[in-house]
Amino acid sequence: MTMNMKLNTLTAHELIDLLSKGDISPIDICNDIINRIEKQEKSLNALAHFDKEKALERCKNLKEGVNKGKLWGIPIFIKDNISVKDELTTCSSKILKGFKPPYNATAIEKLMDIGAVLMGKTNMDEFAFGSSTETSCYGPTRNPWDLERIPGGSSGGSAAAVSADEAIFALGSDTGGSIRQPASLCGVVGLKPTYGRVSRYGLIAFASSLDQIGPITKDVEDAAILLKAISGHDEMDSTSADIPVSDYSSNIKKGIKGLKIGIPKEYFIEGVDKEVKDSIKLAIGELEKLGAVCEDTCLPHTEYAVSVYYLVATAEASSNLARFDGVQYGLRAENITSMMDMYKKTRKEGFGDEAKRRIILGTFALSSGYYDAYYSKALKVRTLIKMDFDKAFEKFDAIVTPTSPTASFKIGEKISDPLTMYLSDIFTISANLAGIPGMSIPCGFTKANLPIGLQILGKPFDEDTILRIAYNYEQSTEWHKKKPKL
Amino acid sequence: MAINRDTVKYTANLARIELSDKELEHFTGQLDRILAYVDKLNTLNVTNLKPTSHVLDMKNVYREDSVRKSLPVADVIKNAPNKENNLFKVPKIIET
Repeated sequence: MTMNMKLNTLTAHELIDLLSKGDISPIDICNDIINRIEKQEKSLNALAHFDKEKALERCKNLKEGVNKGKLWGIPIFIKDNISVKDELTTCSSKILKGFKPPYNATAIEKLMDIGAVLMGKTNMDEFAFGSSTETSCYGPTRNPWDLERIPGGSSGGSAAAVSADEAIFALGSDTGGSIRQPASLCGVVGLKPTYGRVSRYGLIAFASSLDQIGPITKDVEDAAILLKAISGHDEMDSTSADIPVSDYSSNIKKGIKGLKIGIPKEYFIEGVDKEVKDSIKLAIGELEKLGAVCEDTCLPHTEYAVSVYYLVATAEASSNLARFDGVQYGLRAENITSMMDMYKKTRKEGFGDEAKRRIILGTFALSSGYYDAYYSKALKVRTLIKMDFDKAFEKFDAIVTPTSPTASFKIGEKISDPLTMYLSDIFTISANLAGIPGMSIPCGFTKANLPIGLQILGKPFDEDTILRIAYNYEQSTEWHKKKPKL
Repeated sequence: MAINRDTVKYTANLARIELSDKELEHFTGQLDRILAYVDKLNTLNVTNLKPTSHVLDMKNVYREDSVRKSLPVADVIKNAPNKENNLFKVPKIIET
């Protein structure tokens, strides 16, 4: 270890080793991160809320002792929709301006219990409505690989911060791909756990039947460590599952010889960039070399996933976001004449375009006269999508696809056309509808030097297998070691 | 057309969002295109399918009906834009 080694460029497991040897202190890590942020953040805009004095103070206040937790002294960034007690948590929305939750999300409690240091909050699409982090009230986050491009979304701030070494790792949330797609576009690792694996308590709800908190990291080992840290049953979230949490980090190191991996033909359709297709095919070849048995399969209802999602997710969002009405927290419009006037003006001023559009769409899908044709029908087609996966997993241990049909696109390119933007989630949405775990790992670059991601989908509560495939692939390739030139 | 200007206006009112004429115009076109896209769901026969509103195989989750400590009122109310005597303060609702 040289004195010049920048600690912010390392992974959590590397830092855990150095801390345990006593070579470095948590303050050293914190300082390197602060330096990086001071140099880089102006051009990235990956962070929504960051106070370096507070971060340093938290570092200094870490409890010493024999029972240092697994993540003792490791700094972590948190997406702006995950509640941290007495710290700004605004979903990057004007309507939650100034909001400081009176309690911690369960995932945050778990991280603090094992000594992780909360650094700050990352930028996101407003209320996680988006695939590009352009709808944030704090302005767009930029992709570290090309500052003219989007980092993906909605956890674009988390993915960009990790990719640019402003963060060691971060938490994101994934409702339709919001961890995996930005991880793919920023060249980092992102994992959406099985629905119910991680408590949603304290995650400000977007679509309650789809939302999951998950890790965004520099490598697979860190994803395993962070997933274990936040997983488990929580009595504060009745949809969290009472199923034992595996020791992911030791299980990833087993080989993948003989594992059966399905390649669904619906994920290699027209509209998928050729460079993306080629990279995924090479990755499949690599998995075969490692001993996996890859075979074609089909998920016939894939083409309906975007339609189902934008009815189900918006319907749930319209209900969840009814609470932002100017009464209990956040913004209240001024010069109001009545209660109704207060609701309408507060929501007019507080929500951005995409939030308004989704709330109206969801309200429409649930409204009398349209409920059966839209919402109810979407829930039935969701059953078909889930059955596709049930059937495929009778034969396969995992499924491999591209994470996103294209690499990162230009800022402004899709923002004026919501439908085109929605279609960028085409390969990630199904996992949320079916409730299964999925992750994205780096698997190549386009000629323009933009990252490409490989998506690995698994059986419910079998994060072990997708992490193991990801780890074995990662160890045989070098993609995850490449860093953006900033 | 799947949705028109009047329906968007009516729905926005249900959602308690005031829209400008420009927004109304804009959203109507966009929502119409989105609804035209999701129309592909109508090509599927779903008559014998059960809806999936939730993926986990669980029904009601119960706990003991016992009194627990809750957050202090001052903490709960501290974010309110307007408050008085530990209450949320809103414009007058009841006509006099």
